[in-house]
Amino acid sequence: MRIVVNGKGREVADEITIAELIDDLSLQPLRVAVERNKQLVPRASHVRTTLFEDDQLEIVTLVGGG
Amino acid sequence: MANDVLKMGGFEIASRLIVGTGKYETFELMRDALAASGCEVVTVAVRRERMLDGDGRNILDFLDPDRYTLLPNTAGCFNAEDAVRTARLGRELLEGIGNKGAAWVKLEVLGDKKTLLPDPVGSLEALGTLKAEGFRVLCYTSDDPIMAVRLKEAGADSVMPAGAPIGSGQGILNPCNIRIILEQLKEGDPEYPVIVDAGVGTASDVTAAMELGADGVLLNTGIAGADNPVQMARAMQAAMEAGLLARRSGRIPRKLYATASSPIEGVIGVKE
Repeated sequence: MRIVVNGKGREVADEITIAELIDDLSLQPLRVAVERNKQLVPRASHVRTTLFEDDQLEIVTLVGGG
Repeated sequence: MANDVLKMGGFEIASRLIVGTGKYETFELMRDALAASGCEVVTVAVRRERMLDGDGRNILDFLDPDRYTLLPNTAGCFNAEDAVRTARLGRELLEGIGNKGAAWVKLEVLGDKKTLLPDPVGSLEALGTLKAEGFRVLCYTSDDPIMAVRLKEAGADSVMPAGAPIGSGQGILNPCNIRIILEQLKEGDPEYPVIVDAGVGTASDVTAAMELGADGVLLNTGIAGADNPVQMARAMQAAMEAGLLARRSGRIPRKLYATASSPIEGVIGVKE
């Protein structure tokens, strides 16, 4: 199914969870935070949060800044 | 010295220099400059994962989480909703790495891309929401004394007036306003932290801020953009110490006319 991750459309497996997506993207779970449809999804919920068609995800990390 | 510790946002901070982690040419340079500055608190930003595979390096590999308390900012947010979302994400990220800075945030709600001046309306709105969610909020603002008071009244844990536009290196453009802000925010509340944030260009700007009475200085570009960031970081630390010592030493007053330093009596050639 199609979801949007960081502003870009992406094809992912149906009923994929956030935890599985993070793993598929080779990201480190402790170094990212995830918003789904503008709502923060706490890390503890990633394994049980299933994504749906057209979900808008923001996957963020810390970077340099002032 | 006994009162060297800065109490702010629930923390006791030994260094009154807060340094940003942006705009360094390399992570290594950033790491070395931060160390040279002697700072304890560093700001970080929250951005989309670029998801480059291979050896995409992460800033966290160059920031010792035990040495530094990270202060996430909401830079790049031009409305309250984005700032609040970013703050929540910042908290989540710091919880993920176990850094004690998870409780606080440097709130920036910007009004305009060219000036990067803060949007006062958006700032107040975001401040209210974040305080209700349990954040300690250090609020970036302009040097407008009225706005500074409003932010404190609305619960800001620190008000951080800009010396000059972000990255502009112009130093403190309006020292009178900074002094007014200090007076008004510290009336009956001398420990309330006021940090000069933005516009610092060189070491003397840090000293000037501290001599005015600021509790600390936050800067990024002044170090990161210098030809020699590590050396400039050292200069900033020395400047901070100079400013603190000078203001505690009771400076002489400014006078319109001269007062000689050498004795007036006993000058040769004078007819007694």
